[in-house]
Formats: sequence, C-alpha cells, structure tokens
Amino acid sequence: MRAFTALLLRDIVLSLRSGGGAWLGAGFFVLIIALAPLGLGPEPALLKSAAPGLIWIAALLATLLGLERVIEPDLQDGTLDLLRMSALPLEFVVLAKVLAHWLTNGLVICVLAPLVSPMLFVDAKALWVVAASLLLGTPGLSFIGTAGAAVSAGVRRGGVLLALIVLPLNIPALIFGAGAINAVQHGSDPRQALLLLAAFSLIAAVVASLAAAAALRLNED
Amino acid sequence: MVFRGLSFDVDAGNALVLVGPNGSGKTTLLRILAGLLTATIGRLQFFSDDRAQVSDDTRDQSAHFVAHSDTVKSSLTVKETLRFHADILGADRTRVQSAMETWDIARLGDLPGALLSAGQRRRVALARLSLQDRPIWLLDEPLIALDRSVRARLHDVCADHRAAGGLIVAASHEPFLEDAATLELGAHA
Repeated sequence: MRAFTALLLRDIVLSLRSGGGAWLGAGFFVLIIALAPLGLGPEPALLKSAAPGLIWIAALLATLLGLERVIEPDLQDGTLDLLRMSALPLEFVVLAKVLAHWLTNGLVICVLAPLVSPMLFVDAKALWVVAASLLLGTPGLSFIGTAGAAVSAGVRRGGVLLALIVLPLNIPALIFGAGAINAVQHGSDPRQALLLLAAFSLIAAVVASLAAAAALRLNED
Repeated sequence: MVFRGLSFDVDAGNALVLVGPNGSGKTTLLRILAGLLTATIGRLQFFSDDRAQVSDDTRDQSAHFVAHSDTVKSSLTVKETLRFHADILGADRTRVQSAMETWDIARLGDLPGALLSAGQRRRVALARLSLQDRPIWLLDEPLIALDRSVRARLHDVCADHRAAGGLIVAASHEPFLEDAATLELGAHA
C-alpha cells in the first residue's frame, strides 16, 4: 500500500510540475471548445447540435495528450526496473498510474466541461449530464490510454502508435457520451447512455489493467 | 543465442566483475540475474545461507539493481527521489538522510534532478544501495561519470557490503574491485 501511494503521489506531482500533463490537457480541452464557435460560426442551433460530439472529441484528445508521459519516462530512466523488482504487483503499478492520470486529466476536464459548455449553447439543464458523462467515461479513457501507453512504450514514434491503438478503442465512450448529452438536449432520458458509459469504464478497468501489466512484463522479453 | 557455455557461481562476501567488449552481454546477464529478463535456455539459481533455493520473489526483494539509467526525474528533488525509492523498496524513510550523507549529496537534497550533473545523478542512483540492506548488488557500469573521490567511496561501500556477507556482480569497462573474480563475456558470447 505504501509503494502504491508513493507511486500515485509521485505521478500526480510529476504531472502537475512538469508543465505538461495536467495543465496541457485541460488547456487543450478549453481551447477546442472555445475555438469551435469561431470555426463553425455563431449560429446557436448549429453549435448546440454539434456540442455533444465536440465536447467528447475534445475530452478524448485532451486525455490522449498526457498519455505518452505515463509509462515512457519511467521506461527510459530505469524507474520501471525498480517497479518491476518491487513487491508491488504490476497490475497495481498500472492502477496507480491510471488513477494519477485520471485525477490530473479526466477529473479536471469533468470540472471544466460544465463551465465552458455554455459557449456551445448547451442547455443549463444538460450541464449535469455533460459532467456526469465525463465523470463516468473518462476513467475508461485513462485505463485504455494507459494500456496503449504500456504497449507503445519503447517504440520509436510511440506517440503515433499510441493514438492508433487508443482512439479506435475509445469509440464506444464517444458514442455513449455524446449520446447522453444529445438525449437530454432532445428531452429524452440520458440514463441508458450513462449506464453504458459506466459499463465501458468498468470493462476497460478490468481488461486494460491486465493488458497493460502484461505489456509491461513483456516489454523487455 | 547471447551466451554459450556460460557457467559461474558467486558466494556470499564475494564479487564477480563482468568484463568484455560492447555487446558481449554484460548488461543482459545482469538483467537476467535481476529477474528483469528471462533466460530461455539454461538455469539460474540463488541459494540462501542455509543452501535452500530462493524463489524469484525473494530474489527480487534481496537484490539492488543499479542500471545504466539513473532513475532521476528532472522535476523531483534529490530528497523526493530517494524518498520515493525508499517507499518503493519498502525501506525506512529515516535512512534517506544517512544515504545522502554516505554519497555526499546531502547538500543537494533540495535541488531538482534537472540541475544535477551526470556524476551527481549517478550518486543519487547509487544512494539507493544505502537505503536498504540487501545481500545482492547488481551494478551496471557503476563508475560511469564518477570522480576519483566518489569512486573511492564506492569501493569502500562495496568493501563494507562484502565484509557484511553481501554479494556483488558488476559489469564494468574500467578496473573495478580489483580483488574480485572476473568473467570475460566476449569468450562466451
């Protein structure tokens, strides 16, 4: 437990200090939402209908930004060797890294999204669904992203490979997340889409944790 | 196949220095000994003092591996780095200060890794050896970037470790632990 906490806190500190990770993702998310009205035009109906997809695409790309820093630096500087030789199982190493990534990326986006979504003329009554969908879906993005980071660690141009692995696997989150916001904007019940988002994150937690740990084990062999 | 006909044993209190040209497998052998690589053919066994074979998990908890890379993060201070290492190793945090004093990096404690020289970063990596008593030390090119005084300190620390019954396997291109047995890997690779 001590090693898990130490790794979690260290990754959070690194993400907040290094000038990349957390602030970069949050800034990127806000920027995409803020630029959308400039690109699509000021028409409220158009922005409102595009908002669910834009919010989720922005969240997906923003979480992708910090992923290269989740595993690769530890591989390059030998910290991963230290972790592999420690008593902490690799599945818990992955869990600590996912948690740190989510707390410094996904959670920040969940907080920011309801604040910036009105720029896309999202209804006030839909803002809780924006936050809820991101709260339920972004953990899944972090799990899948970390698995992708583990698979692509040590590979030349790993960032491109990472995006190619992660983005297609995150399509369900994009569909259910945008679907939930869409539903509430059209007066429908968003709960079904939200439950599917939760299921996506739960499945990702199990499968991606095991896959990431296996990738780290096989990384050297 | 990296090694052929390779066989050696090292007893407690002894050291083995792996020598050989670049690419002869020194680092590979150290990583196999550390359990970070798996040998597809051959047998590697560790025995405790009572000659009982130890498991891989026990071996992991019994060995320090100091590799080429220094495990220092640019944005973490020396003290934070060593505290993190202590937590991961399960070592007592109170030993961080004494480890920094042993390796003469106490005055660098609040400096971030980005401001350290290569030799100072190497000393931080070596300080891990002093955080927790582990019987097996696996050192990959431990002398790299170290000045004369720190090299002497490393020799003293290694001598103390061996005197206490510790075992060292090191890979080095430079003369290291002159009284230790050597294994030339180029001949086997």
